Amino acid sequence: METLIAFWNILKKDIKNYYLKPPNISWGIIFPLSWTLMQLIRSPGDVGIVELLPGLMAMSILFGTTSMLAVTITFEKRSKSFDRLLLAPISISILVSAKILGAILFGIVNAFVPVIFAAFLVDLRGVSWGIALVAVVLIAITSALLGLLVAVSVREVFEAQTLSNFFRFPMLFLCGLFIPIDKLPAILKPISFCLPLTYGADMLNSAIIHSSSFNILLSFAIMLLFIIVLFYLCKRNIEKKWIL
Amino acid sequence: MEIVKVTNLKKAYGNLQAVKGISFSIKQGEIFGLLGPNGAGKTSTINMLIGLSRPSGGNIMIDGMDAIKDIKKVQRIIGVIPDENNLYGEMSGFDNLCFCASLYGIGKKERERRAMELLKQFGLTDAAKRPFRTYSKGMKRRLTIAAGLIHDPKILFLDEPTTGIDVESTRQIRDLILSLKKQGRTILMTTHYIEEAERICDRIAFIVNGEIVKVGTVAELMESVEKEYKIKLQLGSNIKELKGVREELERNFLNCKIEVLEQNSCIIVSKGPIPLSPILQMLDSQGISVFEAKAIKPSLEDVFVRITGIDVSKLEKEKVS
Ligand SMILES: Nc1ncnc2c1ncn2[C@@H]1O[C@H](COP(=O)(O)OP(=O)(O)O)[C@@H](O)[C@H]1O
Ligand SMILES: [Mg+2]
Repeated sequence: METLIAFWNILKKDIKNYYLKPPNISWGIIFPLSWTLMQLIRSPGDVGIVELLPGLMAMSILFGTTSMLAVTITFEKRSKSFDRLLLAPISISILVSAKILGAILFGIVNAFVPVIFAAFLVDLRGVSWGIALVAVVLIAITSALLGLLVAVSVREVFEAQTLSNFFRFPMLFLCGLFIPIDKLPAILKPISFCLPLTYGADMLNSAIIHSSSFNILLSFAIMLLFIIVLFYLCKRNIEKKWIL
Repeated sequence: MEIVKVTNLKKAYGNLQAVKGISFSIKQGEIFGLLGPNGAGKTSTINMLIGLSRPSGGNIMIDGMDAIKDIKKVQRIIGVIPDENNLYGEMSGFDNLCFCASLYGIGKKERERRAMELLKQFGLTDAAKRPFRTYSKGMKRRLTIAAGLIHDPKILFLDEPTTGIDVESTRQIRDLILSLKKQGRTILMTTHYIEEAERICDRIAFIVNGEIVKVGTVAELMESVEKEYKIKLQLGSNIKELKGVREELERNFLNCKIEVLEQNSCIIVSKGPIPLSPILQMLDSQGISVFEAKAIKPSLEDVFVRITGIDVSKLEKEKVS
């Protein structure tokens, strides 16, 4: 019960202080929106939009979570307010979960912004929403954990921004959403297979346009594995680097 | 009863030995002060005790618990006031306190009640709804202390509670620390103000270069160095001009040394009690009138300098109050 109170209040504070602040809301919406408009202008027509949707959703999640979490945590570290959380009688795992949950929820909400716009333009009845939602949640979790990993590795806010972009852009272009994996140069393919987003994107593709490169259960399992490994890495790094 | 017991505690940052195997214990209900210059290892020591830093060696027992293994349990009963005010700038004073309370699993009604009570106690009720970043330095400090008290901790750790604070807030904070002691809390505080340690600490540990060189009550520390008697005389004429007076005094009173200060005053220093009346008679016979004789009590500062060999200017001087 006591842990729950702490968990809930950490989450609530982050949502109120960071995720619901106007600049962040608009970032989460404007970026996917402008991308959608750009694509619409380039390639009008029904087929285009549905096919764009998985990429847009993945992008929205990535933009909503990774750098958001990296930046806010680095900021709290620098202003030392993060020490308050480390001084609280709650385990590091609970703390990590509370911190990333805000970003995860924010990422999930962001993912559905392009969906809502698309719903006005095209028929989305063919989409398997259950699978799409699972994919979105998994992508959000891995993105948030990557953001946390970035936050643990840097000291300055601008470093957090730079490093999360360093992860983010290659991930987007290597995950198979914009350039199909079999069309990637041979040296980049192995990298692509090491990215969590590749599997999440494939699940999204399978849910929305019903074409996929991997078995959906395999993708699901691999995503879970990524989550476990990333969570462990974050926890270990926090214990090692933040409790000096 | 010893509520905190630290044994052979060490901390290294790479090659730098910041804390070199210190041991001390704190009795229940006392104010224990770590006094030392900047970089002595005070913050490093506190951080290990509260679980923000992992010791390179040694043991810490707090209220019967192993503070290295069971730190999360220990954190329930300790309150920490760090050297920097680290609350959330965008949140109001009230929200900050409520948030801190929630981290200890305190329910909403109770959190709000405690927050209001502490705001009142710290004279911050009017500023309760204002964002923390708009507070003055002294107000920030007070709210940071309030935040450390929100879960009613048994033991308090205060790192440089009055550094960089104006004189009035400093006075309030010192009174507050004393009143926290009256409530039965045990307090560990660090400071580089000798006078602060002397005024409010029950026992003081001198810490220099990561080592504790001496621990004791103010009286014990005073006694630990060889006693020196000092009397300052205010004279009617300039002793420098009257050749030989000083030499004659030192010849007649073998244990005394004379330090001539400004023109018309001097200090007599001796290892034993100073025979004041013969000295006055002698001066009188030389035609020097004495208007005032004042015993100068040795200060903790003298003791600190003598024990640590540290130039007092290295410790920032007490702000003039
Ligand atoms: N995180 C750190 N990394 C490396 N060196 C540190 C770190 N923290 C403190 N130090 C060094 O350890 C020594 C003791 O510092 P500190 O405990 O902050 O002293 P104090 O609080 O008494 O001023 C100093 O030389 C300081 O530079
Ligand atoms: Mg310090």
